[in-house]
Amino acid sequence: MIKNIFKNFVSKSATRPYPIEVRPGFKNARGELDNKVSECTLCGICAKKCPSQCITVSRKENLWELNPFACVYCGICVDACPKSCLVHYTEHKKPARVKTNLVLKKEISPKLKVVANA
Amino acid sequence: MSKTIVPFGPQHPVLPEPIHLSLTVEDEVVKEAVPAFGYVHRGLEKLAEKRDFHQMIQVVERVCGICSMIHAMCYCQGLEHLMKVEVPRRGQFLRVIWSELHRIHSHLLWLGLYADAFGFESVFMQFWKIRERIMDINEATAGNRVIVSVNQVGGVRRDLSPSKCDWILDELNHVEKEVKALESTMSNNYTVKKRTVGKGILTREMAYELGAAGPTLRASGIAQDMRQLQYEAFDELDFEPVVETDGDAFARGLVRFKETIQSIDLVRQAIARLPQGDTFVKVKGKPEGEVVQRVEQPRGECLYYIKANGTKFLDRLRIRTPTFANIPPLAAMLPGMELADVPVLILSIDPCISCTER
Ligand code: SF4
Ligand code: SF4
Repeated sequence: MIKNIFKNFVSKSATRPYPIEVRPGFKNARGELDNKVSECTLCGICAKKCPSQCITVSRKENLWELNPFACVYCGICVDACPKSCLVHYTEHKKPARVKTNLVLKKEISPKLKVVANA
Repeated sequence: MSKTIVPFGPQHPVLPEPIHLSLTVEDEVVKEAVPAFGYVHRGLEKLAEKRDFHQMIQVVERVCGICSMIHAMCYCQGLEHLMKVEVPRRGQFLRVIWSELHRIHSHLLWLGLYADAFGFESVFMQFWKIRERIMDINEATAGNRVIVSVNQVGGVRRDLSPSKCDWILDELNHVEKEVKALESTMSNNYTVKKRTVGKGILTREMAYELGAAGPTLRASGIAQDMRQLQYEAFDELDFEPVVETDGDAFARGLVRFKETIQSIDLVRQAIARLPQGDTFVKVKGKPEGEVVQRVEQPRGECLYYIKANGTKFLDRLRIRTPTFANIPPLAAMLPGMELADVPVLILSIDPCISCTER
């Protein structure tokens, strides 16, 4: 016991003074989810596979929407995406005061639009 | 003195989760304990009607956070049985590695809470400090700290590289050293003994008759562990159930303490014998039929009943969790005990109420 007490005096603290010092995320950790929307084809596979159904894809409005507060960070969508445009950052999402969805709009070039309309 | 009924819980400082006990007390001595449930029911089994059988993996993982990997593994084993797929050997070993890591961190969490229940704060802090390493291993290998999401029907979704394996072994050496440093505290300390020895005795016969499960059962001298069924890679690993014979709270603590060290050894064995090959097989088709699957969770035997009808939605999913089996033994061990010992005894069965109510 006495030995332990003295050891605790000289040893390093077991905790980090978060948020001043933040541990970097591990490689391959499933942190914040993002979509490189320019590569996304809005196929909707991620929305269909997601177990918590927190992704909505609208082809009409070219929107890809995620509710990051309903997401359980399982990575199913990332594995399923045929374009590999979904990414998990290794850092976790920061806490927020207001819950907002991540809404990404895919910009379709005018040329492409014409082709699509034709 | 006449009888008084003391309501214990659902909100109580010692309870991490809500359970209510009506304690009939006479002179500070408990005469009768009647448990009541229903505070955290989430209807997860019913969700099987809305989520397809692949998505249900992520749902059953949330039945119990702390043994999420083992829940998902049991569910996947059931479906693999129905769909007649065999998980590749490497996948089976990886499942053992992650499930034993889960057992270690669950037991470490419990050992901390248990110490906290009888007021031994520094031991609580020590165990939780050690547990961080296991959580880091989980995050670095599987992606998430607690709910690791590594299972899929047909195998596991992640692989371990040789360098990762070496790192895990290195971390486990630290964990083992730190856990063993607390061995004398858990087995020989005056405070620990004073609060736990001879409290809440569950005899071998009572444990058997009341259907206790897991460490609660093994602390009463019955060597029964579902890992003896040799599911996944357990047929190749050297494993003997940890048994104690006293049946009191102290023995239950010791069983879990020794199992922590045993699980560290099992992970080492699994990594040493990890074969090469695929980690999963692709599954096609839909499950059909009925199956009952059993695995050993940190808290005891867990049972899954799955009824599938050939569509992507299951007909019925029924989960019997170990705490459910341990509630009758708890109600039987409380009479005759002092009111002040009730928190320690409730903790001694390692109650997981969210699991029980699902
Ligand atoms: S699966 Fe990939 S490509 Fe398809 S909508 Fe989702 S993010 Fe876009
Ligand atoms: S990580 Fe999981 S829960 Fe989150 S959006 Fe992807 S599939 Fe859905």
